[in-house]
Amino acid sequence: MFYREAGDFKTSYQDDNQTFPIKFDRYRYYAVLFAAFAVIPFLVNDYWVNAIFLPFLIYSIAAIGLNILVGYCGQVSLGTGGFMAVGAYAVYKLMTAFPDVSFAIHVVLAGGVTAIVGVMFGLPSLRIKGFYLAVATLAAQFFLVWLFNRVPWFYNYSASGQINAPVRTVFGVEVTGPTAEPWAVYLFCLVFLTLCAIIARNLTRGSVGRKWMAIRDMDIAAEIIGVNPLTAKLSAFAVSSFFVGISGALFFGVYLGAVEVGEAFGINKSFLVLFMIIIGGLGSIFGSFAGAAFLVLLPVLLKNVLVSGLGWPTDLAAHLEFMIVGGLIVTFLILEPHGLAQLWRVAKEKLRLWPFPH
Amino acid sequence: MKRTLITAAVAGIMAAAPAMAELTFTALSYRTGPYAANGIPFADGYQDYFTLLNERDGGIGGEMVNLLECETGYNTEKGVECYESTKGEGALVYQPLSTGITYQLIPKATADGIPVHSMGYGRTSAKNGEVFRNIFNYPANYWDGASVGIKHLLDINGGDLSGKKVALVYHNSAYGKEPIRTLEEAAKKHGFELSLLPVDHPGQEQKSQWLQIRRDRPDYVLMWGWGVMNQVAIQEAVNIRFPMENFIGVWWSGSENDVLPAGEKAHGYKALTFHNVGDDFPVFDDIQKYVVDGGKAAGAGDQIGTALYNRGLYAAMLAAEAAKTAQGIHGVSDITPAQMRDGMENLVITEEKMASLGLPGFGPSFNVSCQNHGGDGMVAVSQWDANAGKWSLITDFVQSDQDILNPLIDEDSASFAAENNITPGCN
Repeated sequence: MFYREAGDFKTSYQDDNQTFPIKFDRYRYYAVLFAAFAVIPFLVNDYWVNAIFLPFLIYSIAAIGLNILVGYCGQVSLGTGGFMAVGAYAVYKLMTAFPDVSFAIHVVLAGGVTAIVGVMFGLPSLRIKGFYLAVATLAAQFFLVWLFNRVPWFYNYSASGQINAPVRTVFGVEVTGPTAEPWAVYLFCLVFLTLCAIIARNLTRGSVGRKWMAIRDMDIAAEIIGVNPLTAKLSAFAVSSFFVGISGALFFGVYLGAVEVGEAFGINKSFLVLFMIIIGGLGSIFGSFAGAAFLVLLPVLLKNVLVSGLGWPTDLAAHLEFMIVGGLIVTFLILEPHGLAQLWRVAKEKLRLWPFPH
Repeated sequence: MKRTLITAAVAGIMAAAPAMAELTFTALSYRTGPYAANGIPFADGYQDYFTLLNERDGGIGGEMVNLLECETGYNTEKGVECYESTKGEGALVYQPLSTGITYQLIPKATADGIPVHSMGYGRTSAKNGEVFRNIFNYPANYWDGASVGIKHLLDINGGDLSGKKVALVYHNSAYGKEPIRTLEEAAKKHGFELSLLPVDHPGQEQKSQWLQIRRDRPDYVLMWGWGVMNQVAIQEAVNIRFPMENFIGVWWSGSENDVLPAGEKAHGYKALTFHNVGDDFPVFDDIQKYVVDGGKAAGAGDQIGTALYNRGLYAAMLAAEAAKTAQGIHGVSDITPAQMRDGMENLVITEEKMASLGLPGFGPSFNVSCQNHGGDGMVAVSQWDANAGKWSLITDFVQSDQDILNPLIDEDSASFAAENNITPGCN
């Protein structure tokens, strides 16, 4: 009843090819965009932005990036934390070296630097596959963290090896530093997320994405039909690392403001983002959002319910949090191995037939 | 099931009801995660002291204390969530108990006008109160620790360390890197040879570092460790038969948890400390009477008198005294974070004051001022007695080498001021 193609006539190729061909879906998409851009910025305070929206937006960008590599191109990567660190340190070096340049440009450039690094660590993917590639990217993770800890140039020779984000602006509005307004940082990250999602969505619908998926499904067959594995795999590494680098730059500059590489970008981060896309759904942009929301928002929600709501001891709540989140992950993966995105697809199918399923 | 849930909910609401109290303190604690073994005793001590004040004195200056505990798991992202969620409740002072979270809160808390007390951790140059207006790190910081550690070595060597080899085993993080500069300066001044051995988080794997120590045979080993890293390091030192009395840990490497796993062999291990050890103080009788016997002890209640419990207690005591000072200055009992900051900046800890609180000789006496947010840098050395199973102080509180530290503090705080466009000053 709500969700159907019937009566929604397309009269041009453009209409037929649009991202959301179903009217209901399209309006839902516009409604979400409207709420995100025009309603939420007026309602948020420090807590909502710093504890909920920023981590969600930034992890979504990272998840989209990793999903391109793992979900669309089939190259398993455990180097996400390291690549986020590249983004963070690149943006730190840029923002301290060129303080007058807009921070948005720095973030994009940091993504570019990460893309180059990603391509370099992607080269082994031409020779090795699957778990072995995962090990090679794991090496990237450890090497990059070691590098940023070891070489003082990266942290501007500070005594402790921490990097701190100074105040930087975009169009005269502060987006980093302690005095940045919550709506400004929220909108800044939201713009990046929206652009990344639109680019990713369109890349994966186009010829580039089809090549990635061909490589993912069977690389030998893909090569026979004329897909160049070199360009396909390396472009996936480049695009993926670009997004991951942007998320790392925002994670450091906008969200945390001070970062220590081993703690913030350790192997745990790589696993966290990988779990996001596995739970959300491999090969789905929506899945990246759903996975990020699941792993970022659920612990905060549980903490608020158990500690602030019920007044339980914090350690008990923290342990219960692990159990509940872990239990839900197992349950979800047993009930729906293709992740939350598949649940959403099934829901849409059901909606299409409702109220008269055959 | 439903009834238990309702009971739990009602109990929860009743437990949350004293939230009406006026003075809000926060404990960003970690009772879970890789550093929980050290986080729990500190959190218990911090909490028990405030419970004691509420039960015995009816709070501070007539205002009940509401302690909000928030679990960080030593994780910076959770620390952000904790800070933002407790900030709105009117938290008077933050004690993040993590160097990473402290670095992160320094600009945020300064912008929000809330003081941070990083007692014996955090950014050392916060001692310069003209730059770090809202950050306090009295009574001692890492550079004091490093300096007093070297002083102790000088003492046992008759004042001459030239030609000796000293190794630093450190947690490879902002925390562990703190003492390096001080030790490098001290190495120049006293002519000893310094070698650096980083250990990566969490520190369960230290074979290669200790192999290197076995090969290089340093005369002394200093350690900046935390959590499981300490236990592993002490065990490894035992394994290579490194003489324990030549092995000195910073205060975060000096708790019972760290030495007990190595058993008898850990006998003689030394640790720096900026407060006294043991439970031979009158305040512990009150804690027994008002807190433990009343069933209000925090956690499992089995940590009382341990080194880290005492540190939590000491932190709470300093916070409470600063709140009293603030109440005195401003003439109101219901103080704001800004007034709390004034209280901390004018805090005076004397021997008489500590004795009246039931803590005679518990720590050094010191005065905080606008120029000096870090106290006098008085640090003592304690030693582990494995037979008696307790720590004891083997030196008095001695002052760190101010000639080395002051230029370093000025340099580091000046670079922070330049980075953040701060004009140093007291107004």
